[in-house]
Amino acid sequence: MFKALFDAKILISCSVLLALMLMMPRFLPRFYVYLFALMFAIALLATSLNLVLGFGGMYQFHHAVFYGFGAYAFALFATKSGLPLWIGYAIAPFCSAALGLVLGLITVRLNRLYFGMMQISLGSLVWAITYRWYSFTGGDDGIHGIPLPDLVGSSTGAYYFNLIVAATCLLLMYMIVNSPFGRIFQGIRDNPERCQAVGVNVQKQQLTGQVLAAFFAGVAGTLFVTVEGSVFPDLMFWTLSLEILIMCLLGGWFIFLGPALGAAIIISLRTFAGIYTEYWTLILGIVLMLLIFFLPEGVLGLFLKKADPAAKREG
Amino acid sequence: MLHVESIVKSFDGFMAVNGATLKVEKGDVVAVIGPNGAGKTTLFNLISGQLQPTAGNIWFKDENIAGLASHRVCRKGISRSYQVVNIFHRLTVFENVQVAVLSRRKKTFNLFKPAKLMAVRETRKILDSVGLLDKAEVISGTLSHGDQKVLEIGIALGNRPELLILDEPTAGMSPEETAVTLRLMKRLSGELGLTILFCEHDMGMVFSIANQIMVMQHGGTIIQGSPEDVRSNQQVREAYLGGADECFA
Repeated sequence: MFKALFDAKILISCSVLLALMLMMPRFLPRFYVYLFALMFAIALLATSLNLVLGFGGMYQFHHAVFYGFGAYAFALFATKSGLPLWIGYAIAPFCSAALGLVLGLITVRLNRLYFGMMQISLGSLVWAITYRWYSFTGGDDGIHGIPLPDLVGSSTGAYYFNLIVAATCLLLMYMIVNSPFGRIFQGIRDNPERCQAVGVNVQKQQLTGQVLAAFFAGVAGTLFVTVEGSVFPDLMFWTLSLEILIMCLLGGWFIFLGPALGAAIIISLRTFAGIYTEYWTLILGIVLMLLIFFLPEGVLGLFLKKADPAAKREG
Repeated sequence: MLHVESIVKSFDGFMAVNGATLKVEKGDVVAVIGPNGAGKTTLFNLISGQLQPTAGNIWFKDENIAGLASHRVCRKGISRSYQVVNIFHRLTVFENVQVAVLSRRKKTFNLFKPAKLMAVRETRKILDSVGLLDKAEVISGTLSHGDQKVLEIGIALGNRPELLILDEPTAGMSPEETAVTLRLMKRLSGELGLTILFCEHDMGMVFSIANQIMVMQHGGTIIQGSPEDVRSNQQVREAYLGGADECFA
């Protein structure tokens, strides 16, 4: 089964990358360990968006709401329930998936752009409730000092935890993209009408995709809490959704690892350009314009084309 | 097998199909002909569930399928190709047909098994039968128009239909490609015993393959009968440019 999923080249390069990352905390300064741990969470988030965006053709404009919802679900569980914290890790993604199901049932009937607009409004509603409900969510202050299991309490512990969880989730999503479900999902992306004509219940398929994407976004939310130890309403704000959308486009949204690369680029840009100027988004804007004109397939798309002109696409 | 009974479709008062009637028996090759705007494609859209009829019945194997959603019609055993190329353009030729096969086998919610390993033999067999096997790994969007139209038929075959509906299968094709498609249709009907319903403007092709012809005008049926009956019908001659005989030469 493994052979059918990966060709030798991909398997070797992924293993090397993973081995490198496993060794990194040994010689990296603490700040970089923290930064990479955060990157793993955001890379997972961007990839989960791309599950529906690049592989499903659904304009999920407000994906961050599932991320924030997962983070809040974990934070509330950890601060209010008194139960073992690991249970929170297990429950939070399912809370996000449930929200994905509820929002999906409302939005899935709508067509492309209207689907996206409805998502923004419903997502903003969830954000507004979180923002104002002081007694429960802490309102705009958020929740700080969230207790974490000892294993992930240190920055190195959080790094390894996030790396392993994110890598596992990426593997699962890669399997989904290459499964019959994923194949049909890509068919819907290309041509929903035709897909229905070959007997596919398109809306049911799209709803399932949305729930899966929300689930993995929820996992990413818990990884964020693991790094930061706090949550705040900005995690659900639409600007973050826009940012992860840009990550997908930047890295290459028809390539599985494109969004993860896009996430790494944007976080690096924010961190390092942010030292020199608070207007780092200006640089982002210029990058984005160049991207649209010169790299419609994203950065990774360009590299793959350079590496192998015959390979138009790698699922 | 298929019996369309005085079907009506109106778009805001415009009667695109107005009381058309059609009968298709098992093993038949039925052609629907008529001038542009006669309602042929609308009729096909009504049968395959893309459109909901305003009135009338569509009986398929003694079951009224009028108004069913298209994915349900497909599961009953009717599948179709389109006049305008309608494929999954970012997927390979192989994957295009595989989508239909996986859908028929009800594997659409299988999440973790590699799709690469599934339905391979059947998909390749279909590609072989339509003559696209050597292009299996090509991205379908880059195929020539003629090959894309043939792929259309391949996708429709992936559902293993009892009734295959082809909407202008040779539209925009070169004479060579038309000849290939005609041979393919003859083989599907002859060797596999597939029932085929199609519409077409190329009269030479219609009269060389169809054993039943239905003529439409203004959304209604003028006549349905054997090619000889249709050829000698006065009303049909008038419908075609005031009786231009060369249409049926």
